[in-house]
Amino acid sequence: MFSTDYRLEIKKRDWLLMVRLFGEIDHHSAVSMREELDRIILKERPRRLVLDLSCIEFMDSAGLGLLMGRYRLMREIGGVLAITRPNERVLRILHLAGMERFIEIDGKA
Amino acid sequence: MDNRNCKRYRDEINKMELTLPAISVNEGMARAAVAAFCAQLSPSPTDLADIKCAVSEAVTNCIVHAYKHKKGNFYITVNLYSDKTVRIEVLDKGCGIADVRRAREPLFTTDAAGERSGMGFTVMENFMDRLTVSSREGKGTLVVLTKRLGRKTAEEE
Repeated sequence: MFSTDYRLEIKKRDWLLMVRLFGEIDHHSAVSMREELDRIILKERPRRLVLDLSCIEFMDSAGLGLLMGRYRLMREIGGVLAITRPNERVLRILHLAGMERFIEIDGKA
Repeated sequence: MDNRNCKRYRDEINKMELTLPAISVNEGMARAAVAAFCAQLSPSPTDLADIKCAVSEAVTNCIVHAYKHKKGNFYITVNLYSDKTVRIEVLDKGCGIADVRRAREPLFTTDAAGERSGMGFTVMENFMDRLTVSSREGKGTLVVLTKRLGRKTAEEE
């Protein structure tokens, strides 16, 4: 009941990879989310990865670590990471960490 | 100890104590339980989300840093007061923090390999009204989070 289940939905178009995340991002879920995302990134090697956070109901600072890590991985493979549609709560924590300074954050899908 | 400092006109209206093993699945359990308990003060969705996030951070610290994924329990006490103040204690009997002031700095982390953001205490500080951290190396850490519901945060004002 309280397990932090999550789900990913993946769409690919040419060099663009869209991943919509569902559920809660905390330290518990971030571990497997990270593994799954990295596997997809390294397989598809997109030039642009867009993480759609519109269906994330909860995120704490573990989510910041997760996003920073994917930002670094995308840079390593010569691509960029963008975040789209975070809710107000998620946006607040992104701003607290100043993530908008190096990751593109967009309100639209 | 803390009660001496707060001679406010308020009464404790309810109290919850919760002991959980320091395993990561209990991060979600702990924040859900605290949020459910606080619901009787009719918090705004923002207040409730702030509390959930702060509790999640404190509990994650117990699991990741205090016990370093080894066996142990963490202890949560929540007090609700008549003036709509919520006081949450998160206690562990883990390794303790050598330098609390440094640990509270934004982006500070002792576990860079683990993709930690180093933002845990910063989140607790920003999302609650008050954060106190007392720690003794080898003994454990006590984090006290306080928030008066219905108040605007610095950001919203």
